[in-house]
Amino acid sequence: MSTSWGRGEANGGRFTWNEKTLGAAMSLIETRTERMVLNLGPHHPSMHGVMHLVVTMNGENIEDCQPIIGYLHRGIEKMAESRSFIQFLTYANRWDYAATMLQESLTAMAWEKLADVPVPRRAQYIRVIMLELSRISSHLLWLGPFMADLGANTPLFYIFRERELVYDLFEAVTGSRLMHNYHRIGGVAADITYGWVDKCRDFCDYFLPKVDEYETLITNNPIFRRRVEGLGVVSQEEAISWGMSGPMLRASGVQWDLRKVDHYSIYDEVEFDVPWDTRGDVFARYVVRIQEMRESTKIIRQCLDQLPGGSFENLEAQRLLGGPKSEWNAPDYQFISKKPAPNFKLPAGEIYVRVESAKGELGAYLIGDGGQTPWRFKVRPPDFVNLGLIAQMVSGSKLADLMAILGSVDMIMGSVDR
Amino acid sequence: MNQGIDLQRSFVELLTGAGLPQEVARAFWLPLPMVVILAVVTVAVLLAIWGERKWAADMQQRIGPNIVGMAGFLQGVVDAIKLIVKEDIIPRKADPWLFTIGPILVLIPAFFAYLVVPFGQNLIISDLTIGVFFLVALGSVAPIGALMAGYSSNNKYALLGGLRAAAQSISYEIPLALSVLSVVIMTGSLSTIAVVEAQNTYGMLSWNVFKPIVGQVGFVVFLISALAETERAPFDLPEAESELVQGHHTEYSGMKFALFYLAEYANLVLGSLMATILFLGGWGFFVPVETLAGWLGVDLLNPVFQLFAAFLGIVITVLKSTIFVFLAILARWTLPRVRIDQLLDLGWKFLLPIGLVNLLLTAAFRLAFPGIFGGV
Repeated sequence: MSTSWGRGEANGGRFTWNEKTLGAAMSLIETRTERMVLNLGPHHPSMHGVMHLVVTMNGENIEDCQPIIGYLHRGIEKMAESRSFIQFLTYANRWDYAATMLQESLTAMAWEKLADVPVPRRAQYIRVIMLELSRISSHLLWLGPFMADLGANTPLFYIFRERELVYDLFEAVTGSRLMHNYHRIGGVAADITYGWVDKCRDFCDYFLPKVDEYETLITNNPIFRRRVEGLGVVSQEEAISWGMSGPMLRASGVQWDLRKVDHYSIYDEVEFDVPWDTRGDVFARYVVRIQEMRESTKIIRQCLDQLPGGSFENLEAQRLLGGPKSEWNAPDYQFISKKPAPNFKLPAGEIYVRVESAKGELGAYLIGDGGQTPWRFKVRPPDFVNLGLIAQMVSGSKLADLMAILGSVDMIMGSVDR
Repeated sequence: MNQGIDLQRSFVELLTGAGLPQEVARAFWLPLPMVVILAVVTVAVLLAIWGERKWAADMQQRIGPNIVGMAGFLQGVVDAIKLIVKEDIIPRKADPWLFTIGPILVLIPAFFAYLVVPFGQNLIISDLTIGVFFLVALGSVAPIGALMAGYSSNNKYALLGGLRAAAQSISYEIPLALSVLSVVIMTGSLSTIAVVEAQNTYGMLSWNVFKPIVGQVGFVVFLISALAETERAPFDLPEAESELVQGHHTEYSGMKFALFYLAEYANLVLGSLMATILFLGGWGFFVPVETLAGWLGVDLLNPVFQLFAAFLGIVITVLKSTIFVFLAILARWTLPRVRIDQLLDLGWKFLLPIGLVNLLLTAAFRLAFPGIFGGV
């Protein structure tokens, strides 16, 4: 990339004199002020990893902003081309390390759809519970750092208090707290454990009052409201034409949720609302995400109630009682349809699958050529697309607003750069 | 009303009694208050740091420091030792002179101000007749140091931080001075001792904060501006860590950083003491000392009672100012940071007019109701 980040407009790396820059230069002479080019990142406390923003500033005002990404590029898509599903799954966890289950689920769904592998209903319910827990944990890990960006450090500790419990739930089932490696082609690696359903219900009961607690602390705080209201506004048309998805899109007044639109998995069997807002500012995104945590809890509760076979202890007892011919051994009550061979071969063909991730539309384009490894595996990360409008959103605002806007996008650089 | 313990006279008498000429004895006395101030302020800062860490930890459901000393009490000392032995780095392209003077210029006014802080009738280093003015004047030296630090660091974040510090201090000095002025009008004197004494004629009732309307308005204006002057959250814009990394502290390490850190907490404690002196009746107990002596049935000039009264004065002053330190910590760990334009708006468009109106009201009230508002 050839760049000239000198004074003036950093216009895609080319410095061009147009009316705007010329006019600005004229006013420069008048006021005798110089613009300052500030390199925010890649090592900066609130760049959420290794984002790099080249910001042209006039005093405290941002005139131009040029995002530079790629510092965390690990070539995960290329790695997929030399790995079988089970080998690749560990990488899938590591795109977006705040919401790990969602990537796993997407990867598993891609392989399943292409190879046409059925998934038992019990496995699907377990998956949805895990996905929603993952969504909650992702939103929590958004809320804390977002508030820290605004200068309130205490919510960061509160969200980790709750997030630890989500980790505990994951750990009880998958054996690991962050990088679960739990999904398999045709189901999940292991059934939920003894007592887990009760534990998860306890978490739901505990979690909802805590969300209210966040709202008490944050939502009506006058300083918070003044910092975020009317800031970083994205209109409905812009959001759609820039391909935004998830809370960013819904906060701009589009009621679009893939869980409702695509009817994938068992989301049609549970009742939940899609939170949305028409204001399109940073505050709207906050409201949408807080509300989504409540809706996710609602989904988890329903899934726990409707789980085919019920809790693990119930299922085991029924199976013992019924003997080898028990109806509880039916395919619907399995956690995996048929354990796939390690050298599971992908059929030739191509498919695009997408799930509603915590950050938006998480998609994967998978091309198989009959071998054990995919011919091509392309990821569509939601935060990468959502970040596209950042330069336009921040221009004209103050430096402190940049952090609020950037925080409200909710990006994980591991997912943006892959 | 200048009876009571006069430490200086007693000290000089003690030494002259031992055979020293009076001039020499006075010379021996001179450095003592300075040493006492240094020691007291440093201990107060360590206590404030410890208190902040523990309270913040409580608010965040953590334990906080708990290894060094009892309940982490000595953590601040250990941190200080660490900062002292740390390498002192001056960036190659920094201006070494300004870079060194900056932190000193921030720290010294904070310590100087303690000269006029009274802990009791005679427990004050120097009873300047312009004590209150001295406090306000010293407050405007520190931003120059911050600006120096920010400019000389040769770092864009530091420069922005220094500029913010200057803008913020200038904007909030005026409402601060206005609210202090209304107290001065009610007192009729600029001496800190006189300010406190005027508040203790009827015990708690004559504290400035309980003066109808003007007392409360002035108090709130003072609290907000003092919090902004100490540059602590939610007004910690000069060192807003999510935007400016550490503001004008960014390039500092070792002892120079420790000076900034010390100055921040010294200013916090100083602001709390000022609030105590100006609005909460300083060392005054809830009832006047004379009434207390009457209740206990002892003579006001009884030496034991004098000692007790002095001790009570110190304890009361410390307790009252602890309330304000606690308030500042509570605010810091609860509220998000304001934006620079909102900060300046609050200062110029809200606090300044309110402070002005309050000042005029105070003057009018003093003329109309001299009995309540300190007129003659």
